[in-house]
Amino acid sequence: MANPLKCDLCSKPATVHLTQIVNNKVHKVDLCEECAQAKGVTDPSGFSLADLLLKASLNPEPAASGMKCEQCGFTQADFKKHGRFGCPACFDTFSSIIEPMLDTMHKGTTHTGKVPQKALARKTLSDRLNKLELDLTEAIKSERYEDAARTRDEINQVKHSFGQKPPR
Amino acid sequence: MTIASLIDTPSELTDAASSKTAIVLMTRVRLARNLAGNAFPGWAKPTQREDVLAACRDAVAATAPMKRSLSINVDELSDLEKQILVERHLISRELSGAKAGAGVVISKDQTFSVMINEEDHLRIQVLRSGFQLKKTWAAINELDSALEDRLDYAFSPTLGYLTACPTNLGTGMRASAMMHLPALVIGNQMEKVVRAVNQLGMVVRGLFGEGSDASGSIFQISNQTTLGEAEEAIIKRLGSVLNSIIEHELNARQKLIEADANKLFDKIGRAYGILQNGHLLSSSEAMNLLSLIRLGVDLGVFPDAHRCVIDRLFIEAQPGHLQHAQHGEFEPGQRDLLRAGRLRAEFANFAKPNFTLSSDGPN
Repeated sequence: MANPLKCDLCSKPATVHLTQIVNNKVHKVDLCEECAQAKGVTDPSGFSLADLLLKASLNPEPAASGMKCEQCGFTQADFKKHGRFGCPACFDTFSSIIEPMLDTMHKGTTHTGKVPQKALARKTLSDRLNKLELDLTEAIKSERYEDAARTRDEINQVKHSFGQKPPR
Repeated sequence: MTIASLIDTPSELTDAASSKTAIVLMTRVRLARNLAGNAFPGWAKPTQREDVLAACRDAVAATAPMKRSLSINVDELSDLEKQILVERHLISRELSGAKAGAGVVISKDQTFSVMINEEDHLRIQVLRSGFQLKKTWAAINELDSALEDRLDYAFSPTLGYLTACPTNLGTGMRASAMMHLPALVIGNQMEKVVRAVNQLGMVVRGLFGEGSDASGSIFQISNQTTLGEAEEAIIKRLGSVLNSIIEHELNARQKLIEADANKLFDKIGRAYGILQNGHLLSSSEAMNLLSLIRLGVDLGVFPDAHRCVIDRLFIEAQPGHLQHAQHGEFEPGQRDLLRAGRLRAEFANFAKPNFTLSSDGPN
């Protein structure tokens, strides 16, 4: 035993080794006696391996420190403290620390389930509408009236398709 | 609907449950959802929380299952009311301790509940008595789609539904079953089962979720992972794990009877005696005694029709329900006295045990 395993949570020598196999993927957690007790690993009333994996994966600090979400001001240090993110945009900001985490935490790293089709379609339409309105202002400003007329027609078309399924 | 009338209406898990299902008491599915462009509740400023709460309350209350629902802010609820909702599994402990700007909408029949500004903007839940994973999923899927008509969910094509905690990414779904597993507990096999279930990517918890104990031999089994697998696949996998746990529990019961039926009958008989005559019962002792009576029903010691009485008492013996029934707040010591009194009254009219095992054995 040249290199004894260290506890994933506190880096004392690990004596409790958990292995979980999901879909032929092996997930391992190594814990010292104390952390295993504290986390209730031996307790039949249950413990959450996901939480352990989450904390363990946070432990050796990733090199890229000091990232901050522009949308909500959430920092990497905040994540280490709370284990929760600040807003949906954080998943773009912190993608470099999230991705390696997902692999140990989940069965896969890509969503394969339900998709909010209606909400997505609505978003596509409203994004398109915003862009067209910008185009329209731009065309009028630079006196390209033919373009403006065409854009206006397009806007009406998009609004009409909105009208069939009114957004709220 | 008001909170007072909701509390006085039997929950899906009490009188409504004429449960014939011996081992799975209840099925529950929850979905975590968030609104695009809004900070998650734990990070949002108070005004942002209020905005999200108002938008979500309106959208949720407008859906079909939430017709004539209870829609209320958490700070409008008394501590006792919150405790009762927790005991009925309609809100989480976390929500009951939430700061301002959190709320819940609960359907009239108490099978649907939507928590607002818990860990995520929306925690949608559907709860059914018995083993009904597919039906429960279908019901919650429909409610979720109806909400999607009105709310812009935060969603990524690769990560799925975006949630405050990365452990809920993807489907945002936690499907669970509450199981009564007395023989596995008596036979000291529960630890083994927990380990095996964990290896299959499922989690075992106590009756009231994370960190709660398993009094009454009641456990919650749920999926651990949410990303990389479709909802139906998770449900199917959970269903097969549950079926195999049921099989193990039935085998364990058979073994207990074969090894020493008298020892088992002694436990059940003593539980009956204490419930009929005890004067001080803590909630965890009451749960354990009721659990033995429920096992007795399953084994044919008591009539089948009495199972729903036990399922009702499992909830009514909890501190919140007990105090509500007695119209007041009581110290734990007084509660034990009241609880024993309540159970004595219930068991005064309970069927006498019949310890001659029927030939068809335990079901």
